[in-house]
Amino acid sequence: MDQFNLEIISPEKSFLTKSDTEEVVIPAIEGYMGILKDHIPLISFLKPGIIDVRSKNETLNYYVDDGIVEFKDNTLSILTSNIFDLKEMDKNKVDKIVKDAEEGLKKENIKDHERYILDQKIEVLNSIKSN
Amino acid sequence: MPSLDDLRKRITSVKSTQKITKAMKMVAAAKLRKAQENAEKGRPYSEKMNNIILNLSAGVSDPQSAPKLLVGTGKEDVHLCVVLTSDRGLCGGFNSNIIKKTKNYFEKIQKEGKSLKIITVGSKGYDQLKRQYGKSIIENISFKESKNINYFDAAKVGNLIIEKFQNEEFDFCTIFFNKFKNVISQIPQAQQIIPLENENKNKDKDEKLESNYEFEPDEDEILSNLLPKNISTQIFKAMLENSASEQGSRMTAMDNATRNAGDLVDKLTIQYNRSRQAAITKELIEIISGAESL
Repeated sequence: MDQFNLEIISPEKSFLTKSDTEEVVIPAIEGYMGILKDHIPLISFLKPGIIDVRSKNETLNYYVDDGIVEFKDNTLSILTSNIFDLKEMDKNKVDKIVKDAEEGLKKENIKDHERYILDQKIEVLNSIKSN
Repeated sequence: MPSLDDLRKRITSVKSTQKITKAMKMVAAAKLRKAQENAEKGRPYSEKMNNIILNLSAGVSDPQSAPKLLVGTGKEDVHLCVVLTSDRGLCGGFNSNIIKKTKNYFEKIQKEGKSLKIITVGSKGYDQLKRQYGKSIIENISFKESKNINYFDAAKVGNLIIEKFQNEEFDFCTIFFNKFKNVISQIPQAQQIIPLENENKNKDKDEKLESNYEFEPDEDEILSNLLPKNISTQIFKAMLENSASEQGSRMTAMDNATRNAGDLVDKLTIQYNRSRQAAITKELIEIISGAESL
């Protein structure tokens, strides 16, 4: 399969750079989106979810809270402030994020958009836990 | 003329001060390396962010409907200044350079009859500004507790600014920080973040229009989501630059202090030796002239 470049950047550092990516599935705000080589230029947002990076000999999974995605000239850039490798997520960490999110939901003046994001978050994290 | 005992005491005290400044210099040097590394690591994020915003804003056709964070409120009455300084002293001209720059800017604004609001980040800036501009300072934030500079602190400041902007408390926002050039020179900088100012905007416009992006959701929504993030990112960048500058500045200052202390010790030692010699000679003369008179 054709390969393209991937870079995941967090404010503190360059989180991951790969040049042999074959397919990346990202949790875009309007639904999961699979990206292959020669995708048209794209800018989108992420919702809480799992980024699935597939290359020839390995598959990497990351959990993200939010982020911005740009695809251009066969380079996929993901900017995110909150990203964890799924392998390194332990139960306590997940529980804590879920708890925070649930507390956020209880607030009264919450907007629909925020509620949607938090719901998503809890759903994704619970699915991680059950695996 | 100080007595020999006094001189000896002074030499010891200068020497122990020298030890302290030397240790501080080494600590600053170690921290500087880390801070510099962090500043370099943080650069790709803000660059990328800037690029995306450039691409997006090139696509905005109608300035009327564009988000206010990008084009401004249309008024120019209230200026908000965010002054980023350090929490600790003993770093040479680091803080005073920023303060000097901001004071110039404040005067300019007040001359034009516009009103001024100040947010200080870091306690040293607050200390220096509160006497003259105490009334204009609306917020004083300090991150003394956080060991490392992290994005969440920057986001806190960013969110505060955005909240105030949405309440229409100001029209312009400028941040002041020291840009890290190298260990010896740090340049105080003013950067306007609301409305977004970009020098490359026009230059890049022509070429960027060629790449047709697919937006999901539409441009306006992305832009209005992205701009607040960009403000936090800019502040984070400024904080990183600032911390590298602070350590660099402290290192140079402490290096100078160590050298000066060394000079002082040399000078005092010479003085000590001379007066000791003078005392010996005096005693000898006394003995000789006493013997002669017999």
